[in-house]
Amino acid sequence: MIERLRTAPPRYWLVGLVVLFFLGFPTVISSFLASEWSQALVLAIAIMGLNILVGYSGQLSLGHGAFIALGAYTSAIIVHHFKVDYLLTIPIAGILTGVVGFLFGVPALRLSALYLALATFALAVVTPSLIKRPTELTGGVQGILIAQPDPPQFASNVYSTITGSAMTSEQWIYYVTLFCALLLFWLAWNLLRHRPGRAMRAIRDSEVAAAASGVNIAGYKTLAFGISAFYAGVAGSLFGLGIGFVSPDAFPVGLSIQLLVGTVIGGLASIPGPLLGAIFAYFLPIYASQWAPNQTWLPAQITATVKNAGPAVSYGVILILVMIFAPNGIVGLVTRGYGALSRRLRGAGDRETGHVPPDPQTV
Amino acid sequence: MQEFFQLVVSGIATGGIFASLALALVLIYNAMGLVNFAQGEMAMFATFVAYELIIRGVSFWIAFPVTLVLAFGGGIAIQRIVIRPVERAPVLTLVIITLGLATTINGLAGFLFGYVPASFPSPFSVRTIDVLGVYVGYQDLGVIAVTAVVLLAVYLLLEHTTVGLTLRAAAFHPEASRLLGVHVSWMLALGWGLASAVGAVSGILVAPVLLLDPDMMQSIIIYAFAAAVLGGIESPLGAVVGGLVVGVTINLAGAYIPHVGGDLQLAVGLAIIIAVLILKPNGLFGRAAVRRV
Repeated sequence: MIERLRTAPPRYWLVGLVVLFFLGFPTVISSFLASEWSQALVLAIAIMGLNILVGYSGQLSLGHGAFIALGAYTSAIIVHHFKVDYLLTIPIAGILTGVVGFLFGVPALRLSALYLALATFALAVVTPSLIKRPTELTGGVQGILIAQPDPPQFASNVYSTITGSAMTSEQWIYYVTLFCALLLFWLAWNLLRHRPGRAMRAIRDSEVAAAASGVNIAGYKTLAFGISAFYAGVAGSLFGLGIGFVSPDAFPVGLSIQLLVGTVIGGLASIPGPLLGAIFAYFLPIYASQWAPNQTWLPAQITATVKNAGPAVSYGVILILVMIFAPNGIVGLVTRGYGALSRRLRGAGDRETGHVPPDPQTV
Repeated sequence: MQEFFQLVVSGIATGGIFASLALALVLIYNAMGLVNFAQGEMAMFATFVAYELIIRGVSFWIAFPVTLVLAFGGGIAIQRIVIRPVERAPVLTLVIITLGLATTINGLAGFLFGYVPASFPSPFSVRTIDVLGVYVGYQDLGVIAVTAVVLLAVYLLLEHTTVGLTLRAAAFHPEASRLLGVHVSWMLALGWGLASAVGAVSGILVAPVLLLDPDMMQSIIIYAFAAAVLGGIESPLGAVVGGLVVGVTINLAGAYIPHVGGDLQLAVGLAIIIAVLILKPNGLFGRAAVRRV
């Protein structure tokens, strides 16, 4: 056991540290910050799902906000009509959304990347008005309120023994979200480094070559859609739990764009990418809109406009810059920097022993 | 029956607006195989420029061409600065960049012109005339006339001038055109400029009907997508026909199909897009896509 720990690759240690950080984090920050971070984790789940679709299987969806809305409304409606425990509805929302996504993936097979982007974008724009219509079911423009649950006995006991203070419901929601996020990231990691992940990447890189190697193209492409929608559904359910209500205006086109921004900035086709991208995509607009009001020298009217326009402009500009200069996102930059650093270190070591460093391409 | 014809005429006017935006999409698609998600926002920005000119006392008929020239320049600038570095990038990259562009322009318009909806002065009288028992608004007739002139101008430019021929050649076969001395990259920029100007027409014409604010074109672009897809995304004629069909369809659907009403007209646009893509992906006038292995 000790031996295995000692020989574990450094990235396993890194994963352990990150998990410990996210476990301990809410004990030292305010409840409000904890709820902000749980929304960031919700975004990370949805972005992981979108990353499976866009990064691994190469299908572009600009309408994942619609799947999030479906997940959120599924949970809210079940809780509202049948008075079940909210937590039980999370897997139901995920599975229902996953099935819908799978079915959506079937006609999507016929579309080229561009047409798929177009159709899903239209879906994202139409989503709010589609939700408003069945008023008895969705509560119309008002939406549905969701009661935030109190932490159960065992959780608050554990929490108060460790930290010595009582657990708030925001902190409980944070831990529920963290649990789902860890589970789903672990699932994605296992899925993507085995057969399905290889198949999807083969399809993304060349459909013809993948088909010639016996990959079931239609099967894996629709599977990617289904899994991706499953993630979005779970994220949607947690999203509703976190903000305490669902309403049509909570799911604008901007949400779908936020997901895409997170996916691209974190790094396409990587596992840590969605987490980094989500933190970035969630906190950037918050800080962009808080920046102006803190500048006392600016006139009030300009402050108000910058506050409104800041998130959109900073999103757009960063999206364009990342696509032009760092198409592999944060993870791509880190990998490139690490590669350059280790080559330089290895090169220096080898000058003493006289060995030629191995070509990184062949290792 | 009279109501029906009135709806058709106003549908044709709205359709003309969709047609010019759809034509802008087609121009860029033909130039580089890309759907420009920022087209609507570019048109919205140009409309704000026209608005700023008009409220400073410039007459509409001077502000209109001036704005088109500015939009033309703006389109070229966007192509040179943002699109050129990634001209040969995969579709995914290009689509994401145009989305980033759309977000940026939207935020910029909000920053420069504010988020308060403004009413855009209409150059046409609000009166109606009686044509064979159907009351037709001057507004609708004016929009139809302006769109017809613009579309005709684009047609003449593309089909009957040397610039148009070079433009089409550069899009059709970049390598051969380059060997024959065509500056392909600048032709792409010209295509973006042209598309930007044609799109601006739709924004300026639709602004008097809607209220002018940064999100004005968000629904219009969906109809323009529907029009372009319906007509076959590479066919300029298809974009025009598609625009008219979509305009009339949503007008009639809003009035005659129960439960559709104003807010679900957008869903009709989505339904058109999805139906065409699934049943006839090449649209009415498009060539069948041939995949070379």
